[in-house]
Amino acid sequence: MISISSVKKIFSTKNGKVTAVDDINLVINRGEIFGVIGYSGAGKSTLIRMLNGLETPTSGSVVVADREVSKIKGSELRQARREIGMIFQHFNLLWSRTVRENIAFPLEIAGVPKSERERKVNELIKLVGLEGRGDSYPSQLSGGQKQRVGIARALANDPKVLLCDEATSALDPQTTDAILDLLVDINKRLGLTIVLITHEMHVIRKICHRVAVMEAGHIVEMGPVLDVFKSPEQPITKRFVQQVTEPEESKETIEHLLEQYPDGQLVKLTFVGESAEQPVIANLIRQFNIGVNLVQGKVSQTQNGPYGTLFVHLTGASEEVNKAVEYLKEQKVSSEVITNA
Amino acid sequence: MLEQWLPNVNWENIWEATIETLYMTSISVVATFILGILLGLLLFLTAKGNLWENKMVYTVVGAFVNIFRSIPFIILIVLLIPFTKALVGTMIGENAALPALIIGAAPFYARMVEIALREIDKGVIEAAKAMGAKTSTIIWKVLLSESMPALVSGITVTAIALVGYTAMAGVIGAGGLGNLAYLDGFQRSREDVVLVATVVILLIVFVIQFVGDFFTNKLDKR
Ligand SMILES: Nc1ncnc2c1ncn2[C@@H]1O[C@H](COP(=O)(O)OP(=O)(O)OP(=O)(O)O)[C@@H](O)[C@H]1O
Ligand SMILES: [Mg+2]
Repeated sequence: MISISSVKKIFSTKNGKVTAVDDINLVINRGEIFGVIGYSGAGKSTLIRMLNGLETPTSGSVVVADREVSKIKGSELRQARREIGMIFQHFNLLWSRTVRENIAFPLEIAGVPKSERERKVNELIKLVGLEGRGDSYPSQLSGGQKQRVGIARALANDPKVLLCDEATSALDPQTTDAILDLLVDINKRLGLTIVLITHEMHVIRKICHRVAVMEAGHIVEMGPVLDVFKSPEQPITKRFVQQVTEPEESKETIEHLLEQYPDGQLVKLTFVGESAEQPVIANLIRQFNIGVNLVQGKVSQTQNGPYGTLFVHLTGASEEVNKAVEYLKEQKVSSEVITNA
Repeated sequence: MLEQWLPNVNWENIWEATIETLYMTSISVVATFILGILLGLLLFLTAKGNLWENKMVYTVVGAFVNIFRSIPFIILIVLLIPFTKALVGTMIGENAALPALIIGAAPFYARMVEIALREIDKGVIEAAKAMGAKTSTIIWKVLLSESMPALVSGITVTAIALVGYTAMAGVIGAGGLGNLAYLDGFQRSREDVVLVATVVILLIVFVIQFVGDFFTNKLDKR
């Protein structure tokens, strides 16, 4: 659906040249939810803006839905843009128009006749769950509702691709989840390809099928979300993965625990996919004569299965503990002994 | 009763002068609105980082606007005498005042338009672009629609300034309440005529302010 080849974007500023995107190659499949994560200034917005021609690459080519967006201009580009919806961090609604009129705007641009516009707007209002708010002005809506209008507007011309630039960054966690659920729902129902950029791993974890990690204009790591969670290679990726798997306090807790229980062993178990559903801990207690102390754990759902980590503290005769550790290593969970007492 | 207090006031003359003032004001407000929006749009669109970025055009239009905005109105009228004569054929009467009124007010309003347009969130313009909007659609449905309250409040201020300008123009022969107050009132020492002319001008200003505020508030959905 989308193919980006050898794309580079260099901005010339007063203080010299800034390479925002540096030689990126990427293929995004039809119906996929693809996430791009990176810190501020990594070049994420520049990359996504090249997908609908808001930015033109300095070199390389961008093809979206069989159209070479990086080459076309004028009416051909405008036509292509109607097949690519976009939602924004700050919603970018027209405040002089009601919800209904905002959603109708892209239809007006596409020259859709009035009666057809009304039908479509009603349908979209229902799809994004804004029934009864059609005649409100954006200033009368909450952030989450505004983003729903943004989504409805982006979907008005039945696009093939939806681009989301930090679409949930201005929203609170609950509203973020509701908007993400809506995006997954749309992806499933309409088979829409979604490209989403964010700096929150939570967003990637919750809805993306594949993820690319961006740093200083490069993609440093890419793959199915679960794989990246399982074995992050780059330090930056590891930091992002920690955002969702290891709660802030776990480091302190572990240190505290090590002090408190000088004996036994502390083991970090990482569950991925189906292994998260195995009764590993139950078997451990049943088969070995040891004490199992759950220190800290978190299992979360991703689009391709559950993922999580669990810290356990094993106590008892050292021989038995060692056997238990061996047992854990044989299981489909990956285990890592944090320290020996 | 009124005759006692205002012995010299000829109500027919007052009425006639009021009509003349209203005529000059309304024609020049409409022309200023259109011309100011055109100039303001041109300034906005050719500014750095905008749709028609063009340093040449921006500098030339900007200089024109700044020069005409800075010349005191009374001097502008004098400067424009040859131009007015060529255009209208006379220096006397309401129509003779129009070129100076419009040329004096349009640049003033154009700057207000430019500021109003700059207040629009860039993201909204970008969203329209991302939807595949043509520049003309962006101008009508984003730029002008979104800035309408500011455009209306700006034209209100400009219209009030124009009422003042018509009075000044009246002094040098353009007719209207200014002319009446000066020739019929001041020069013949009839204070009551000056007073009535002033009160009528004030009434006109109040009505313009009221109507302007009403529409500004009605349009403002922010
Ligand atoms: N129009 C521009 N002119 C000059 N430099 C730019 C422009 N747009 C972006 N840049 C530069 O390109 C780099 C990447 O910017 P970009 O906005 O793509 O980052 P980002 O990953 O989206 O960051 P954020 O998370 O803060 O939105 C930055 O160094 C930025 O300063
Ligand atoms: Mg960005």
